[in-house]
Amino acid sequence: MSNQVEIPEGYSGEGFFATQLSSAVGLARANSLWPLPFATSCCGIEFMATMGTNYDLARFGMERLSFSPRQADLLMVMGTIAKKMGPILKQVYTQMAEPKWVIAVGACASSGGIFDTYSVLQGIDKVIPVDVYVPGCPPRPEQIIDGILKIQELVKNEPLRRRHSPEYQHLMEKYQIG
Amino acid sequence: MQVQSYFSSLDNIDGELATLNLGPTHPATHGIFQNVLKMDGEKIVSGEPTIGYIHRAFEKLAERRPYNQITPITDRLNYCSSPINNMGWHMTVEKLIGCELPKRAQYMRIIIMELSRIADHLVCNSVIGVDTGALTGFTYMFQERERIYELFEEVCGSRLTTNIGRIGGMERDFTPAFHAKLKDFLKTFPPRFEEFCGLLERNRIFMDRCIGAGPITAEMAMAYGFTGPNLRAAGVDYDVRVMSPYSSYDDFDFIIPVGVNGDTYDRFMVRQEEIRQSLKIINDAYNNLPVGPYHADVPEFYLPEKPDVYTKMEALIYHFKVVMQETPIPVGEVYHCVEGGNGELGFYLISDGGRTPYRLHFRRPCFIYYQAYPEMIKGAMLSDAILTMSSMNVIAGELDA
Amino acid sequence: MESEQILGRLAEIMPGAVTAHDTAMDGILNIHTTREQLYPLLQTLRDDAQLGFNFLTSLCAIHYPENAGQELGMIYHLHNWTKNVRIRVKIYFPTEDAHVPTICTLWPSANWQERQEYDFFGVVFTGHPDLRRILNVDDMEVFPMRKEYRLEDGTRTDKDDRFFGRDGHEGRSFD
Repeated sequence: MSNQVEIPEGYSGEGFFATQLSSAVGLARANSLWPLPFATSCCGIEFMATMGTNYDLARFGMERLSFSPRQADLLMVMGTIAKKMGPILKQVYTQMAEPKWVIAVGACASSGGIFDTYSVLQGIDKVIPVDVYVPGCPPRPEQIIDGILKIQELVKNEPLRRRHSPEYQHLMEKYQIG
Repeated sequence: MQVQSYFSSLDNIDGELATLNLGPTHPATHGIFQNVLKMDGEKIVSGEPTIGYIHRAFEKLAERRPYNQITPITDRLNYCSSPINNMGWHMTVEKLIGCELPKRAQYMRIIIMELSRIADHLVCNSVIGVDTGALTGFTYMFQERERIYELFEEVCGSRLTTNIGRIGGMERDFTPAFHAKLKDFLKTFPPRFEEFCGLLERNRIFMDRCIGAGPITAEMAMAYGFTGPNLRAAGVDYDVRVMSPYSSYDDFDFIIPVGVNGDTYDRFMVRQEEIRQSLKIINDAYNNLPVGPYHADVPEFYLPEKPDVYTKMEALIYHFKVVMQETPIPVGEVYHCVEGGNGELGFYLISDGGRTPYRLHFRRPCFIYYQAYPEMIKGAMLSDAILTMSSMNVIAGELDA
Repeated sequence: MESEQILGRLAEIMPGAVTAHDTAMDGILNIHTTREQLYPLLQTLRDDAQLGFNFLTSLCAIHYPENAGQELGMIYHLHNWTKNVRIRVKIYFPTEDAHVPTICTLWPSANWQERQEYDFFGVVFTGHPDLRRILNVDDMEVFPMRKEYRLEDGTRTDKDDRFFGRDGHEGRSFD
């Protein structure tokens, strides 16, 4: 694949290029996401493979994993989240600065998966909002990469004022995130 | 022997000591392990691990699932070496129903199990390298691990959570592509692995970091229920493959490597040597792979060939019985253990004749030996504690059940 | 070391400690004992030079709700590494009086395993230094592995039990 990104719609002339601010910001954000891997179980091992040599997530502007939620844009939840873990996941999410995105990797993070049991949270969307769900138990590295490309698409096209919109406020209130 | 208690370690915290909450989402730990450490400067005075962050209720789940549907649960115990768990479970059921496998199926199982042992140890050892600051070995070995996953895909269609094999044998014979890929792997893996060894084994920086980090004596290791590479690193040559041979391991000649000090370096070196021994076993098993059927003749448990289901009455009946779990199961109890990636992985199965086990208890090696971790890091530096944890190869799925 | 030798030696040094015995289908000797004799019996099995069961393989609890007065049980797996012999020790006791002496002092590896069985079955190990829940959340009110509790979380909203064939089932859904 080419390492040049697509130029957004705009006007260009001799020595200048004019486009919407949101397109320029979206372009920058989408191609320099700092992911926070929240890997708990099996999917975390597949994420290691995704980060590893053969699949190399760094090709998508994700060379730097951010293990601190304060400097992360993308929360990647991979693996089963037990009820004991739920409050911690929520805390990590609230510690992240806006704008932030969440990807639920694997069946457990998406819906509880095969673990319909007393101790497992039936999907992380019970505690935090999710942008992209990746199916699979665990998903192949290609699927994880596909989920990331979907996130990049969302990031690229997000209106600048989305995080201040009443819909977004309502969503946060629903999850009781201040 | 005095057992360390959480409350007794809370004695007089004066101004000099700090409490450090390491985890559950700390960047330096792999997976979700929480340790509340009492620190004197950079030295650890005491530690208290909290576990259960991905408790998934395997044992309760197993009481609600028919025997063949428990295999996918075992996948998710130690997901770095799922095939060993799968086959350990199959052998447990085979012990209960009294089923003897043909030699070819047993040798096929050994090839798959030893491949997954290599994959498991590769992850652990390359991550020890990463934690000491050597990322290169990790990038080399993950390419090799991908090749093992490709081999698994040829056999079962899946990479990580394999659900490989069936009760009564293998689900299918090795495909021609598997034979080609395995031959290539056996030829090209050893020199690449030796390259990895050359990077770390006698590397002065690596040795200085690992030697003496998180040691445990043989007596302590046994008292804390250590098994597997961590026990052998302390100098005890207990290996289930030799002690209670299963799946014809007694046909093979291999060495059980042991360490001396039980520290991180010994654990690393024991795993390195086990990879070489596993390669030897695979070579021996593959070169002497017997001809014959790849599964036992147990139609009550082993699904018939699909074309037969459409054309033969008997096959159709057995297909229905297997799928609907209409087969009578003997009443009784069996304990079966296999040498997992981390030690003695035991299945204690109690059957009351129902479709599901009455009780299935997993002896999970990680869970049992991880409780020695506070003891092992007492008085160590924080950075050594991180290294000790990665060298113990604690897998969250196995730890929390 | 044959089963007869083990039983003979136990009868010699701890008469009356073994209340019953049988051999399971995997060839492992099962011995039953009483709660009072459990700790000394395990200690003898470990320390006696002829018996030498040095390694605690695992311990687990079990629940038989129909066995009145003996609803709960504990099963200990021991292993003699020099002679490669395994043995199982079992005791049963009523739910109302679910107390068992801890064996943490014999094998430190029993510490977390006993906490796990407390967490799952509510077996109270007297003398345990730190008997708290280990895998489940601290404020859990039930002991989930007991047969009367269901596997699924009844309060979840995203799954309709009727579609899983589990409509109102208590206990084992496959019976």
